[in-house]
Amino acid sequence: MGLILELTHRCPLQCAYCSNPLTLDAPKSELGADEWKRVLDEAAALGVLQVHFSGGEPVARRDLVELVAHASGRGLYTNIITSGVLLTEAAMASLLAAGIDHIQLSFQDAEVAEADRLGGYRGGHAKKLEAAKRIREAGLPLTANFVVHRQNVDRVEAMIALGEALGADRIEIAHVQYYGWGLLNRSALLPMPDQLEHCTAAVQAARTRLKGVLTIDYVVPDYYAARPKACMGGWGKLFINVSPSGKALPCHAAETLQGFTFPSVRDQALADIWATSDAFTRFRGDSWMPDPCKSCDRREIDWGGCRCQALAIAGDAASVDPACALSPDHDLMRQAIDQARDASPALTPRRLAGV
Amino acid sequence: MSDEAAIPRFRRGVKFRRDAVRDAWVLLAPEKLYLPDETAVEILKLVDGERCVGAIADDLAARFDAPRDLILTDVGATLDDLAAKGAVQF
Repeated sequence: MGLILELTHRCPLQCAYCSNPLTLDAPKSELGADEWKRVLDEAAALGVLQVHFSGGEPVARRDLVELVAHASGRGLYTNIITSGVLLTEAAMASLLAAGIDHIQLSFQDAEVAEADRLGGYRGGHAKKLEAAKRIREAGLPLTANFVVHRQNVDRVEAMIALGEALGADRIEIAHVQYYGWGLLNRSALLPMPDQLEHCTAAVQAARTRLKGVLTIDYVVPDYYAARPKACMGGWGKLFINVSPSGKALPCHAAETLQGFTFPSVRDQALADIWATSDAFTRFRGDSWMPDPCKSCDRREIDWGGCRCQALAIAGDAASVDPACALSPDHDLMRQAIDQARDASPALTPRRLAGV
Repeated sequence: MSDEAAIPRFRRGVKFRRDAVRDAWVLLAPEKLYLPDETAVEILKLVDGERCVGAIADDLAARFDAPRDLILTDVGATLDDLAAKGAVQF
């Protein structure tokens, strides 16, 4: 089991595909260090093995080091998912002393001007390169994450080469997942069929070439899929995501779902939330599934795909994920690609103040 | 398949440890989690960055009632699989 702690929604970057919700949690609503520590204790007792400190930008929290040390002391495997722009030499040294196990560093592109444009932060890319160097010099394993879309995916070979040059142990080539800000900017970001084909071939070739050196995780866009992804490995099955203000969510996009009351870790114990809350049990397993999911051979492979996508595209969270070719709404995915083909590349940047 | 003389070790950032909540061995790697089966657990307990694949097979053959050849095949396959996943390297 994994625990994703979105410590804050604050972030110096403004990526237009940010996985955070459109309505971001205000800084004053964030849980305090003692509350996060209690969540970590409860998670360890519940059988969580890995904790992912995420955000926003987790390094923007002054108490990150204290929280990493606490998690590490509970035997949890600690991971930070960061933009790297605040990962100074001093921050790196403190995190290392606190027992950090791994850092995932995000890049917006392999090309500096485009990376800075897409991140909305001038000089950001150069800071990331420095951060990568610090992580490797500290002897820590590095994952270089590249989120790809229509405006940068043609440079996928250069991204892989950059990850390789930085000494990454893992590279993630992750197509944008279209929720929240990504959905808002979908028409400007969806890749075209030839781009996807090129990207997939490049990843396959690099995997063969780099076998034994590094691994490449590849996340494909649902809009070209015939079968849905196993979103979060199944609803309420492998992950608990906690928002900055303490809401426990089965996935980071779940707040888009209407008709749910997401329990707060401020009011309720994590074990209780996991075992009994409507939020975690409603779509768990396969008893909730509609036709044709409930009789599908793949129902325990994809767990019915993604509920947020079912809501966003098909208008009903309990319906078949439209990524599936068996969904009556599958054609809406193709239509979205058609609409994106000639759409403006203008992006609405992610901002704390909202859209 | 890996050579008998190849020496497996865990990649940096990989931890193989006993989990008290599950009462089971777990293999923790960057953003990956594996719950190795009993055979894999016995093999992984012998991965120390010093023993080679052949020596791991020798140790297991001395303790378990199975032909060394068969054990060697299991050891190689298990470690190659984890190497492909990025948890082990030679």
